[in-house]
Amino acid sequence: MSSNKKYWRGVEELNETSPVVEKLRQNEFVEEIPTDEFLGDKESLESSATSRRDFLKFVGFSTAAASLAACEGPVTKTIPYVVQPDRIVPGVANYYATTMADGFDFASVLVKTREGRPIKIESNKMAKASLGANARVHASVLSLYDNQRIKRPQIDGEDVSWEEFDRQVGNALQNVGGQKVLLTSTMASPSTSNLIKEFSAKYGNVKHVVYDAVSEDAALDAYQMKYGERALGNYDFEKAEVIVSIGADFLGDWQAGGNDVGYSKSRIPKNGKMSRHIQFESNMTQTGAKADKRVPLKPSQQKAVLAAIYGYVVGGGSKNKLSPALDDVVVKAARQLRSAGAGAVVVSGIPDVDAQSLVLAINEALGSRVMDRNNPKLIRKGNAKQVAQLVKDMNSGSVGALLTVGVNPAFSLPNAEAFKEGMKKVEVSVAFSMKKDETAKLSKYIAATPHYLESWGDVQLTKKNFSLMQPTIRPLFDTRQFQDTLLKWTGSEMNYRDYIKETWASNLSGRGWNQALHDGVFEANSPVSSIATEEGDVAGMGTMSAPNYSSAVNNLSSDEGSEFELSLYTKVSLGDGGQANNPWLQEFPDPITRVSWDNYLLISKPDADKLGVKNPTVSNGALNGSYVNLKVGDAVVKNVPVIIQPGQAKGAVGLALGYGRKEAIQKEMQVGVNAYPLYKDFSAFQNVTIEKADGMHEFACVQLQSTMAGRDDIVKETTLEIFNSKDKHYWNPVPEVDYDHNEISVREEKASLWKEFDREIGHHFNLSIDLNACTGCGACVIACHSENNVPVVGKEEVRKFRDMHWLRIDRYYSSADTFKQEQEDLENLGAFETYDKIENASYDNPEVAFQPVMCQHCNHAPCETVCPVAATSHGRQGQNHMAYNRCVGTRYCANNCPYKVRRFNWFLYSENEEFDYNMNNDLGRMVLNPDVTVRSRGVMEKCSMCIQITQKTILDAKREGREVGDDEFFTACSRACDQGAMTFGDINNKDSKIVELKEDDRMYHLLESTGTKPNVMYQTLVKNTGDL
Amino acid sequence: MEKVNIRHSISKTLLFLLVVLFSFSQSFGQEKSASGQDNGEAIQAAQEETAGASDTAESAADGLGDPAKGKELFNSLCASCHKRYKRSTGPALNGVTSRHSMDWLYSWIKNSQAMIASGDAEAVAIYEEFNQTAMTPFPQLSNEDIDNILAYVEQPKPEPTAVVDGGAGGASGSGSGSGVSTDIILGVLAFVLLLLVVVLVLVNKTLNNFAAASGVELSKKETSGKPIWRAFAENQFLVIVTSIFFLLAAAYFAYGYLMQVGVDQTYQPVQPIHFSHRIHAGDNGVDCKYCHSSARVSKTSGVPSLNVCMNCHKVISEVAPETATEDFSKEFYDKEIAKLYNAVGWDATTQSYTGEEQPVKWVRVHNLPDFAYYNHSQHVTVAGIECQQCHGPVQEMEVLYQFAPLTMGWCINCHRETNVNLEGSGYYDKIHEQLSKKYGVETLTAAQMGATECGKCHY
Repeated sequence: MSSNKKYWRGVEELNETSPVVEKLRQNEFVEEIPTDEFLGDKESLESSATSRRDFLKFVGFSTAAASLAACEGPVTKTIPYVVQPDRIVPGVANYYATTMADGFDFASVLVKTREGRPIKIESNKMAKASLGANARVHASVLSLYDNQRIKRPQIDGEDVSWEEFDRQVGNALQNVGGQKVLLTSTMASPSTSNLIKEFSAKYGNVKHVVYDAVSEDAALDAYQMKYGERALGNYDFEKAEVIVSIGADFLGDWQAGGNDVGYSKSRIPKNGKMSRHIQFESNMTQTGAKADKRVPLKPSQQKAVLAAIYGYVVGGGSKNKLSPALDDVVVKAARQLRSAGAGAVVVSGIPDVDAQSLVLAINEALGSRVMDRNNPKLIRKGNAKQVAQLVKDMNSGSVGALLTVGVNPAFSLPNAEAFKEGMKKVEVSVAFSMKKDETAKLSKYIAATPHYLESWGDVQLTKKNFSLMQPTIRPLFDTRQFQDTLLKWTGSEMNYRDYIKETWASNLSGRGWNQALHDGVFEANSPVSSIATEEGDVAGMGTMSAPNYSSAVNNLSSDEGSEFELSLYTKVSLGDGGQANNPWLQEFPDPITRVSWDNYLLISKPDADKLGVKNPTVSNGALNGSYVNLKVGDAVVKNVPVIIQPGQAKGAVGLALGYGRKEAIQKEMQVGVNAYPLYKDFSAFQNVTIEKADGMHEFACVQLQSTMAGRDDIVKETTLEIFNSKDKHYWNPVPEVDYDHNEISVREEKASLWKEFDREIGHHFNLSIDLNACTGCGACVIACHSENNVPVVGKEEVRKFRDMHWLRIDRYYSSADTFKQEQEDLENLGAFETYDKIENASYDNPEVAFQPVMCQHCNHAPCETVCPVAATSHGRQGQNHMAYNRCVGTRYCANNCPYKVRRFNWFLYSENEEFDYNMNNDLGRMVLNPDVTVRSRGVMEKCSMCIQITQKTILDAKREGREVGDDEFFTACSRACDQGAMTFGDINNKDSKIVELKEDDRMYHLLESTGTKPNVMYQTLVKNTGDL
Repeated sequence: MEKVNIRHSISKTLLFLLVVLFSFSQSFGQEKSASGQDNGEAIQAAQEETAGASDTAESAADGLGDPAKGKELFNSLCASCHKRYKRSTGPALNGVTSRHSMDWLYSWIKNSQAMIASGDAEAVAIYEEFNQTAMTPFPQLSNEDIDNILAYVEQPKPEPTAVVDGGAGGASGSGSGSGVSTDIILGVLAFVLLLLVVVLVLVNKTLNNFAAASGVELSKKETSGKPIWRAFAENQFLVIVTSIFFLLAAAYFAYGYLMQVGVDQTYQPVQPIHFSHRIHAGDNGVDCKYCHSSARVSKTSGVPSLNVCMNCHKVISEVAPETATEDFSKEFYDKEIAKLYNAVGWDATTQSYTGEEQPVKWVRVHNLPDFAYYNHSQHVTVAGIECQQCHGPVQEMEVLYQFAPLTMGWCINCHRETNVNLEGSGYYDKIHEQLSKKYGVETLTAAQMGATECGKCHY
């Protein structure tokens, strides 16, 4: 009997009389297909000159022409040098040591050049100042080949020659009345300081104002008050045993960054010991993610905590208004600080002079040896008060000439509107800029400046550590660097290179100029008397009164805060926004949120619920977010998309600076909102009011799965206590499989279906990734991009999870407070409850883990067996090869890969108008590595374990007739990892470090139970939670 | 029975004509080629004679010394800086005895620096004229030696005589002449064949007519059943076999055709400068890696930069007369060297660089696709393979062409067949030791070392 059950497709269908239902029944398509639009117009069809026969003729002709054209092979021309430079051998890379210094990022780097083109940045391992090259530094090579750079000097928007430019600006500067102000970024260059002095002497009434878009003013003031020197503390976290951070994202860009190198070293358990890290913060940062104990707090609470810690450590008051639970944590932290003594350090990112003073006082009281008093950092000089004064002066009309150098205040000043008004009153405005940005556009004269890879320079990173900058390519455009222009204007015949050489003539402490230039770094005493007082220091500042700690404590603990407190921060990808037109950085997913191509408001779950903002996942699997409007004082930023961030402190919201630039930025990269208007008084903490706005924002987020769902063979994690006391089989068990009704280790030979090849002879490469040392900084991701010609696919494609990163850094939240608890939940809960519980991250305060994942180069690779055309196969040296020209694009391999590391070229990403990034213009293509194929549409690609580099290393050894030395092998990612999280090597070389790591107790393989026998290994994450 | 004489005679005449034509054409061709050869030889002989005559005549007239000995000395000592008839690093030496006195010449050649130092006006003038380039002193030369050298340099420039021109023309004429005659023979043969066919048809027709006229009934062949094509068409087995055969044959040729698409073996493009590897690598024995130096250390062999050419061509501004071949005259080669000077911006008259450079756009001969990685140094330095193994007899190539197919199969074959040289390399020592201990292997091919793995060349 047939059922007369009625199935219905929608509620509307139940309504018998509904016209909609009737209409849908009648029409196959909901909307009528607009055929008439192109066929109905008889007139236009008839008036067309092309008849059907003509059309066929055209088709025939073009087919014939196309096939005829295809018969002829292309003629390739090759043009050798007329006079070949000595050092250049086509096909062999040259390396030059130089320095990146763009006012925000400072790093000593090695530049790889091929045929005279810089193609990759690596960090200079000789550098003593432990400033590793971060993702932005690695990506800076692409900014050299930026299409939007200004190509020659301009006056009033018209291109002019340099002679004309010098003449006109020279006249203008001679004749202008009022102050002449040089507004520069932090240059930290002794020679430039000298030069500015000479310039001042010649022109008179010159004022030099240093402006950092993202200011460290409070820390600089505090340091100056205490130690009489405008500098930043130089912390070596390798020496730290207990680290207490209050709002300092010191693994990010806190106080000019570069602290992650030392930190990572202190985090690897050695002899049963590692450092302990307690973090109080409002946004979830990389630093918080790495902490052993993380306490989410609103900015105002952070201040109270700092005051309390001061009380507990230095003394002077154990009274505070902290909640008992919080006070308990603070007491414990203070106790540990005291017991660690010299090995303890407190750092803070609170943008407040009082707070920074207290931090210095606490460290002094502890006798901390982590901060090097004799060698402070000199790479932030910005003076907020002077900048504010300048804007006032400009508006009062007392500034006659304004020379902006490498800064973009018309965009990045909180009071940019006032600055723009002031610009109108300045008679002579000269912008030294690489771009025709917001400021340059308002300036009468634009002096086109070169990229740092085309320039000379000297940089004082710390008091004793210097780094030299040298050009690695001839200027691509008709540009002249700021210093050369100053030399011209002061009437000097010298060029800047000779000027630097002269500055250092007698100060290279026994080493010649050539040696210093070769190394790129050297230690010395500055030949220029205290650039600290020269840059950014004015009368009055030097005689700052000594800090009053008790009033500081009072001030801090009396901050009431407000309902919502905003913490402005900088993202790993864009920093202060200087490289906003760099597609590698735009596509780089944030280490925590895993969102690329955007900035957004970070908000906690309870606050989001209160405001009614949502973060839904839509039907195509992509992430959306509600919009909100933010208001700080009179500044309003509209339509800020929202990300609900697990671990975000209640009442605290976060927003990244550096986004939302529009001028001289390609349309595709004009993303995000400009948060600088909220950056009042250069303070990152602001009280903010939030209201929900209409509409939904489309994010490009690459990882929506936020937990490991209780599985313990993805990120293995344990505590130092267990690590020290228990056997490795307890905390790092090898998965077992059933064999003849017995459980055997999956590592045993008989557990596998396949026969093992003999891999004992020759090389066999392994890569080890230490999850303790990895801070998720992403330098490896960009290095991989740069080495392997990985294409940029754009926001729309990333949203569809078609990102091409060969190396991704997965971030996992725990669904409970810790990963251990998550696994316990999985065991104890029923099937239905588990889903809700463990698939969703804890929003309160989850534990976080980073895990870089690339092709695991399995010895028993599942991808190889399913390829119908044998395009992927295994090499004797352990690498899983991918022959692009053999691939037909079935994608079986990607589907069979348990690690999901294979990337498919859905489109042609080079020379394609639809993907208008660096590979679509001649300039941008100069960055391509000539040793690696640019993949075409329809082929699969993946990490090759940098086979081009290992092959090169082997070939060099063969040519020189020697064995490959210990640890001579490297990959792009392992070399980029200054933290030492990634180690690459040959396990058949028994002396190498990789063998030691392979035998390490912490070693495990990702998803080892699948029996893939990968050549990539991980070191178990150990957290020093102890009695916290 | 009537005879139709006329027809008969036509065919006969035609036949006769044919025979005559055939024999004539053959003798004509032979004669022509023979004469051409003779001509060439005669001219050559004449040339030598005149040259010899002028040599002796001049030396006799001058009475300086023995030009033959002088030539030897000149070539070993002077030729790097001086030319007889052309300014080089130093002045052209022809006519030097009329410019300076013999005594002055003796002392100048023996020690020019001393003369300049002593302030001799002539000496200083020359020193200044040639950019203060000091001439190497030759105290070892006796006056007699100097006489000999001067005798050699004072020989007047042999004028390119009309005879020589004629000779070259004749030679090329005879070359092409022999080609034409072969063509003619072939043409004639084809014509003869055609005539024979026509004649046969005509004869057949005539005979038939004749038979018809004389009433002879020609016995027609018995049409025994079906025609053969029908029998074939009805035999399905045969049809299938044949069609399979044809399909296979078609597939074979189609495959062959497709396999050569993109394989540019023997690709021989015309280059902007006619650079002859035959002259450089063959006749003069210049080592390949002298110019292609980056082959030793780099993935590319490198098209030599023009400053490398100028290492030699600064002094070699023209080719020796012996270098000229039948196809390319000395003038032709000299013009090509002039092209080099033009490109590199070298002014031969002032012996200086003008700075006006025009990089040469060579046409690449060997084009590997982008997805194939090839490293020259791996093969040249590590494996020690001769360049000729892949590039063919370059030293014999007037114009370079692609010798090898450069297909993957070609690469792989070599990797399978070539043993790796394990001896005496610090890199292979350990591997070799391990191998012989473990497997008792003493030699192994590149393929066994992993040289046929995809990822070794494709990444």
